[in-house]
Amino acid sequence: MEPSPDGHGKIAIQARGVVKSFGAGDSRVQALKGVDLDVNFGEMTMVVGPSGCGKTTFLSVICGTLGFDSGAVNIFGQDLSAMRDREVTAFRGQNVGFIFQQFNLIPTWSAVENVSIPLLLRGVGRKPAEAEATRLLEAVGIGGKRNAYPSQLSGGQQQRVAIARALVHEPRLIICDEPTASLDALTGHKVLELLTEVACRPDRCVIVVTHDSRIFSFADRIAEMEDGQVKTVHPRGEFHALYV
Amino acid sequence: MLRLALKMLYGDRAKYAMLICGLTFCSLLMTQQISVFCGLMLWTTATLRNIRVPIWVTDAKVEQVNEVVALRDIEVDRVRSVPGVEWAVPLYWGILEARLKDGSFQQVQLTGLDTATLVGRPAKMTAGSIEDLRLPNAVIIDQVAVKKFKQKGIKVAIGDSFEINDTEARVVGICESEQSFLGQPYVFTTYDRALAFAPQERKMLSFVLVQPKPGVPPAELVERIRKIPGLGAFTSDEFFRHTVQWYVRNTGIPVSFGTVVVLGIIVGIAIAGQTFYLFIHENLRFMAALKAMGAKTGTLARMVFLQAFAVGFVGYGLGVGIAAIFGFGVLKGGEPPFYLPWQILVFTGAVIVFICCFSALVGLLKIVRAEPAVVFK
Repeated sequence: MEPSPDGHGKIAIQARGVVKSFGAGDSRVQALKGVDLDVNFGEMTMVVGPSGCGKTTFLSVICGTLGFDSGAVNIFGQDLSAMRDREVTAFRGQNVGFIFQQFNLIPTWSAVENVSIPLLLRGVGRKPAEAEATRLLEAVGIGGKRNAYPSQLSGGQQQRVAIARALVHEPRLIICDEPTASLDALTGHKVLELLTEVACRPDRCVIVVTHDSRIFSFADRIAEMEDGQVKTVHPRGEFHALYV
Repeated sequence: MLRLALKMLYGDRAKYAMLICGLTFCSLLMTQQISVFCGLMLWTTATLRNIRVPIWVTDAKVEQVNEVVALRDIEVDRVRSVPGVEWAVPLYWGILEARLKDGSFQQVQLTGLDTATLVGRPAKMTAGSIEDLRLPNAVIIDQVAVKKFKQKGIKVAIGDSFEINDTEARVVGICESEQSFLGQPYVFTTYDRALAFAPQERKMLSFVLVQPKPGVPPAELVERIRKIPGLGAFTSDEFFRHTVQWYVRNTGIPVSFGTVVVLGIIVGIAIAGQTFYLFIHENLRFMAALKAMGAKTGTLARMVFLQAFAVGFVGYGLGVGIAAIFGFGVLKGGEPPFYLPWQILVFTGAVIVFICCFSALVGLLKIVRAEPAVVFK
């Protein structure tokens, strides 16, 4: 795909020969066996595959929460392996938004407080952070629940809070780990609709790790993993093979 | 983030309450037990605090104020001859039995003050006059005597009498005195009359009380007096310190109280450390999420330490507060002894700070070791 003038289609993340092992000696397990993948700006890329194929490990590696043994990961023009731990942490805080399977909303903090975390971590003051968080909550349709605690929200509402939290600091990469796994089909569909609507922009890329074939239609490309490697990358229109 | 860290702590009410209880208990136990210990040690120095003079002269082998090795009366004159002595007076001090009207007995600390000057007189009279001590058979009793006699069913007032060693002692005044270690009341009289009350021995003088001349440091005068063969001398502060140290060395009291204090510290560390560890463990997923979102180790450390110190502060305040209320209550009754100087508060505070640091470090270690990737599991 040729990049468009607004950056759409330009390579955002490039992984080459990424290898990651766990354990040592006889119990050593190679989770990633040389993964190659390009992720483009303006696209939602889904990573799919059977359990234990290395999807989550790969996701952890490309967002810098897990180191890797060999290979190269270039993210927004920066070599991840050349960065020190502190730089990786700062890079994550600046450039990555997370949406977790279990939402990971802090139960004793209200929705607006949860959403404002990435801004507070960047040193933004409480009031402007909460104002921006409120704007995001309104954008995802739960502005009226800004003071509600996670336990007072439905699964779908909690995931909307998580989406708002992932977007509030305008990151360039959104990482979603099984975002619909804890939701029913209808809610999951709505969440993906929302994610596509608010998250997908030409200067941003979204990576979704999922098992849920019902949401494949939202992807621009789907990387199919098997046994620690990306087996095939399906462009839009060729997903039918995955539904078999 | 710090405000939210506190909210995270307060939100988990069960663990917050558990942490507060643990630290309150630890703080209370330490403050209360050490205060009672200090009070007890203070009781051992009651004679020193009742008879306020700068220098005490004793037999050379005397180590503390409650042990008396009698001196010859001539020692008063020998002390008076030491350069720098303004005055030196004799003091009798001994434990005798008072026989009450109904025939019951009560041990008393008979204190014989210099007849001419009444040096060492009680600081506060609640009834009668100190000068009346010069009347025949006169004694002044303290509030403890009144209380003890009352416990035996005898109400003592000015004009009443009892016997000491078959000699009539007539009460001419009631004073306030510091309570002593063994709890016997103080009975003040003149030196000459005290010798008449006490069973006769070859040597009867208990102490020589000394005032240095203006400009002569007491410590320097003490050194001079010590040069007289057979005599020992202490400044009042030194005698206080020696007395307390003697009780610490020669009785099981410090070990007994120390054991309780150490148990308090151990229980505090165990409860607070374990509960805080559990709190961190249960919130580890969220802490890892914060790490994944870019929280630096320093930010997480500040959050954890703030949480630990927030419970420490409240627990310390409650513990010390309860101990103070206990002290206020018992001081009214006079028993058990209770003395709470600022040093105890500082010590307890330091131990609580240590426990908080320990708990926070244990929790922080777990957070630092956690891979942020744990959030994807």
